[in-house]
Amino acid sequence: MVRFVVRRLLAMIGVLFAVSVIVFVVFMVLPKQNPAQTLAGKNATPVLVKSIEEEWGFNDSLVVQYGTMMKKIFTGELTSYKPRIPVDEQIKEGIPATFSLTIGAAIIWLFFGLLLGYLSAIRAGGWLDRILTGVSIAGISIPVFLLAPVLLYFLTYKYEIFPNAQYVDFTEDPWEWARHLILPWFTLALLSIGFYSRVLRSNMLDVMNEDYVRTARAKGLSERQVMTRHVLRNSLIPVITLFGLDFGATIAGTAIITEVLYSLDGVGLYAAEAVRKFELPPIMGVAIYGAFFVVFVNALVDIAYAYLDPRVRLGESSSE
Amino acid sequence: MSSAPLLSVSDLRVGFATEDGIVQAVDGVSFDLRPGEVLAIVGESGSGKSVTAQTIIGLTRANNARIEGAVTLDGKDLTSASDAEMRKLRGDRVAMIFQDPMTSFNPVYRIGDQIVEAIRTHRPDTSKGAGKARVVELFEAVGIPNAAGRVDDYPHEFSGGMRQRAMIAMALALEPEVLIADEPTTALDVTIQAQILDLLEELNREHNLATILITHDLGVVAEVADRVLVMYAGKVVEEGTLDEIFYDPQHPYTWGLLGSLTRIDRPRPHRLPQIAGSPPSLLDLPEGCPFRPRCPHEFSKCSEYPGLEARSEAPDHRDRCWLNPEQKREKRQVEGQIGLEAPSGANKA
Repeated sequence: MVRFVVRRLLAMIGVLFAVSVIVFVVFMVLPKQNPAQTLAGKNATPVLVKSIEEEWGFNDSLVVQYGTMMKKIFTGELTSYKPRIPVDEQIKEGIPATFSLTIGAAIIWLFFGLLLGYLSAIRAGGWLDRILTGVSIAGISIPVFLLAPVLLYFLTYKYEIFPNAQYVDFTEDPWEWARHLILPWFTLALLSIGFYSRVLRSNMLDVMNEDYVRTARAKGLSERQVMTRHVLRNSLIPVITLFGLDFGATIAGTAIITEVLYSLDGVGLYAAEAVRKFELPPIMGVAIYGAFFVVFVNALVDIAYAYLDPRVRLGESSSE
Repeated sequence: MSSAPLLSVSDLRVGFATEDGIVQAVDGVSFDLRPGEVLAIVGESGSGKSVTAQTIIGLTRANNARIEGAVTLDGKDLTSASDAEMRKLRGDRVAMIFQDPMTSFNPVYRIGDQIVEAIRTHRPDTSKGAGKARVVELFEAVGIPNAAGRVDDYPHEFSGGMRQRAMIAMALALEPEVLIADEPTTALDVTIQAQILDLLEELNREHNLATILITHDLGVVAEVADRVLVMYAGKVVEEGTLDEIFYDPQHPYTWGLLGSLTRIDRPRPHRLPQIAGSPPSLLDLPEGCPFRPRCPHEFSKCSEYPGLEARSEAPDHRDRCWLNPEQKREKRQVEGQIGLEAPSGANKA
């Protein structure tokens, strides 16, 4: 198991290196425009462009340029130029809000998704299953940009049950933190709740037909034991993979829409602002940040996967 | 073999409601099983042999299943037993092993743990350590080498033959009285098959275990069975002792099964003999004898449904065929051995 973890983490570094090269090529090499011009932003003075050109060493070879870019990213020298604000500080400032939003939403969608999926599966074909199927499909079908305004209109403006979002730091006031996040959490989670319950349901129905489930029954296990120990456990393996991809992608991108709609001061909002103002350095920074979390979460998922499914631990002796 | 039956099945009928109508998978099956006896149930896929076996331990209970008749174990009726009562019985008094050892263990748990789970379900006060010690003991009994080292292995680390041994170990864990083996050797190599059969026979002798062996392989039957039940389209078409079935078969379907057996002590046939056609759909059974469309010896009487009766001299050797014993003795001879000749109208079914 230890060897598996180490190997997986080494692979993760390889992927991140590849991502950084792609970022470099896409932003610095491919565009026809002088990259210094792009970095400086719209309506930049020639003096600024000149100084950026020197700072980034755009007359050097590509390898040296790549080295310069990586050095800037790792030492926190990557800044936006109008005004001059270090990108890493902005990202760090946004992280509490983004993580509160995404982790909270992930817990909610996993909990409800798995609960609804499990109930649907063990009552497959019954009225409960049919209702839950309808609810799931509805959840999957409602787009975030419609759901958020509707919730805000009714629950915030009309009936004032929830405060107008905006982020309150957890350390300041945990109660207000949660109260401000409930709507964004459910907005972000709703689609996944529907989706995960469908996926778990169909996985469970497949697994129920497996020979080992019949074996479990033949052993004399109760229906609940058969369902939880044998059916659910094996059905969770594909769900975990899905969760790894989704959670990484949510931190790195999907959360942007929710953050913008609820004006939560997170990394997503920062990225959206950067795109709107056409500022390249923050976009580069956020791209690297996003890549890091997608890859990191996936590495964690692979490790969880190996724990759940012993067949994945390839090239290992069975004794840990 | 005159002791009272341990397990008795009488007029068992199992039907499943489907969109296309009721599928009568098992239609009036009866037999007795005594301690230490090996009863083989043979037949093609869909003949109802597995459903019969699974119904005995209540695995076919479902909303769309209709189960009639009686299954009594030691005087207690199992068809009317509650689900909880059946659960207590399963794995404890009646154990079952399945066809495919590759898929019959849960891939994510250690094999030892899966057997301990079975033990602790029925004996909750067994400690995990004691359970594991018992598994090692069982592994040794079924001939798994390095038993102590292998209890913590996962199913994918076992070979097919070893997994079937582990499956048998699991079935024996609580010293059941009845063992139901559903095609236990079908998924295995021929050499491994022989080993598993030897093991089953040995255990059957040592523990006086009553065994129901379900198979389509008459070679397997010849090796271990005491009595044989031949099933076709949900019904028993012939039953008798091993010798009666092999040396004096009464039903053309049994002749066909015997004829399609390749034997190493006979000259190799030009082409493997087979029974023409395929088993009938249970939704659309022919009138009268269900084997009629595939039978070359069909005559006018066959449109009437034959009862299961002793038509030969032996009182316990019963079959469902209208032909009289003399006709049977003559007609079952094909090229000097028992077999079923090809029907005249090529492929009738």
